[in-house]
Amino acid sequence: MSADSLRIALVGNPNCGKTALFNLLTGGRQKVANYAGVTVERKEGRFVAPSGRVLQLLDLPGTYSFDAASPDEQITRDVCEGRYPGEAAPDLIVCVADATNLRLHLRFVLEVKRLGRPVVLALNMMDTARRRGIVIDVSELQRRLGVPVVETIAVRRGGAKALIERVDGEIPLAAPAQADDADSRNDLHAQVRALMAATVSMPRATDALDDALDRWALHPVFGLGILAVLMFLIFQAVFSWAQPMMDAIEAGVTALGGWATSALPPQSALHSLLNDGIFAGLGAVLVFLPQILILFLFILILEESGYLPRAAFLLDKLMFKAGLTGRAFIPLLSSFACAIPGIMATRSITDPRDRLTTILVAPLMTCSARLPVYTLLIAAFIPQRTVWGLFNLQGVVLFSLYVTGIVSALVVAFVIKRMRRDKSEHALLMELPSYRMPHVRDIALGLWERTKIFLKRVGGIILTLTVLLWFLSSFPGPPPGATGPAIDYSLAGRLGHALHYVFAPIGFNWQICIALVPGLAAREVAVSALGTVYAMSGSDDTVASQLGPLIADQWSLATALSLLAWYVFAPQCMSTLAVIRRETNSWRNVAITAGYLFGLAYLASLITYQIARALS
Amino acid sequence: MRLSDLPKGSPAVVDRVDDAHAGDPIAQRLRDLGFVDGEPVRVVARGPLGADPLLIQIGSTRFALRRSEAARVAVKAETA
Repeated sequence: MSADSLRIALVGNPNCGKTALFNLLTGGRQKVANYAGVTVERKEGRFVAPSGRVLQLLDLPGTYSFDAASPDEQITRDVCEGRYPGEAAPDLIVCVADATNLRLHLRFVLEVKRLGRPVVLALNMMDTARRRGIVIDVSELQRRLGVPVVETIAVRRGGAKALIERVDGEIPLAAPAQADDADSRNDLHAQVRALMAATVSMPRATDALDDALDRWALHPVFGLGILAVLMFLIFQAVFSWAQPMMDAIEAGVTALGGWATSALPPQSALHSLLNDGIFAGLGAVLVFLPQILILFLFILILEESGYLPRAAFLLDKLMFKAGLTGRAFIPLLSSFACAIPGIMATRSITDPRDRLTTILVAPLMTCSARLPVYTLLIAAFIPQRTVWGLFNLQGVVLFSLYVTGIVSALVVAFVIKRMRRDKSEHALLMELPSYRMPHVRDIALGLWERTKIFLKRVGGIILTLTVLLWFLSSFPGPPPGATGPAIDYSLAGRLGHALHYVFAPIGFNWQICIALVPGLAAREVAVSALGTVYAMSGSDDTVASQLGPLIADQWSLATALSLLAWYVFAPQCMSTLAVIRRETNSWRNVAITAGYLFGLAYLASLITYQIARALS
Repeated sequence: MRLSDLPKGSPAVVDRVDDAHAGDPIAQRLRDLGFVDGEPVRVVARGPLGADPLLIQIGSTRFALRRSEAARVAVKAETA
């Protein structure tokens, strides 16, 4: 083995700061948050130690025990035991333990030690431990454990200095490997107790602030009230705070479009491509960046603070009744950002049936890609007025769309539960972490990551599809002497008219039908596609900013409501279906998901459209 | 007494964890999480619906357990 290929694995109990440490060492930007089960995959990074040696670092999902209970825990066990496909066992295991919670975490340290591989113990969150008056006799702990022990503060720059120096030195000798069985595992607790008694003194078992906050946050009445108010505030903020920024982006796009096309002859194909295709299409999507960022601001703060597992605690019974588990709360909440990370986060769900149910209903959570569609329609059709003297009506409608998605998910999960023959029990067993003050820097980085992802989508898939759609809507051109807009004769126009037969009963016009097709690749594209289609069929000066008023003028309210209902359910996202295929390894589940979502979408739109038309 | 019957806030110590059936993985995981003989436990909070799940403090850790999971843990009330 050459000296420059030292491979180090980070292991430890969930939520002890492995990923924060990984990011600190490698300069990586892996997602960190304050709850168990953020990391569900093996992640790799490298850094150069002061000696010039390149160290390869593996970040692994947290686990309580090598007696793995869930798919993410299995990954950790397999890597540590050298059984992960295509990967040798790591040269050195860095076991990370939360210094404020050693009674639990030391047990896993002992379990790791018994693998018979070189181990270094990193006592993380030493800053919090000191603040709480916890005193650890590190040298005595090191002597009794027989492995090197270093202190780290993963959230502080330079907080891993001692660890770097230690892993850059000699590899410590491994303890002899020991057999692993249930009896000897139970013995580990006796050893932990002895270690704790000899090396750790704690003034009190818990953080006084945590206890005080939890008295309110977990209170049967106030706790639920706080949760409801919090959720409602988020949706109000998405509408109320974003408007000035959206207006600025809109004005910017309009000005840029005017400037960019001013030199081109108005009837040329290039003018049309830029004006109708790119500026009308991309501009229509770009204006929604502020709303997405506001939503994420709240999600990131909730994630970092440690509140999310509390919400899961409050809602567990309800979700359990519906056939889910409180643990599904976090994957489902991630699905509000995007169903893909949400579905991947289900790896932390122990029970395979719970996991599958969660995966099947995850697409019903309103992902941020649907936000542009919702807000476009709401802004165009729902009057901006105050209801009940307090709330913005548009915010209320948006909130109710999200609620519809959530309620549908509970109903679908309930149906799945009834259809399931296997009724055996499954566990919750969820750890509630200490509250933590969110770091401004982490939140800012998270928002920046989100902005990059969004702009990449706009510049990548959305741009490509918009240009493609422009071509399809422009060619073939109309025959000489034709009346009516040119788009009617194009490929896209014909496709739209053909699909119209299927979607007429739910009130979609042919322009919407065209927009649904590229929307399969990314939901926001439906908005940019509408921008393009209307720009193509209208006069040349139609640009992004006018899409809202334009559809407000041309569509009936029933059509708009029907499209909103469609988007609550529609399975229109290829990437989600692809990730379901990958995570469940079954085309059948993909077909079930796509089928039931399409059925529900069509049904919901049909009912909405027919009722709205009958009432108007 | 079962952990699921322990009044909120009253101190107790774990006696043992019983398997609900042979090779019960939930019982084993509870033992791995530190529910072993002599360990002090306390019910910190209860869920809003049907007082389920329970929030259990053991050592410095708080775990949310459903009543059915907590029923596997036999406890002795601490006479303070």
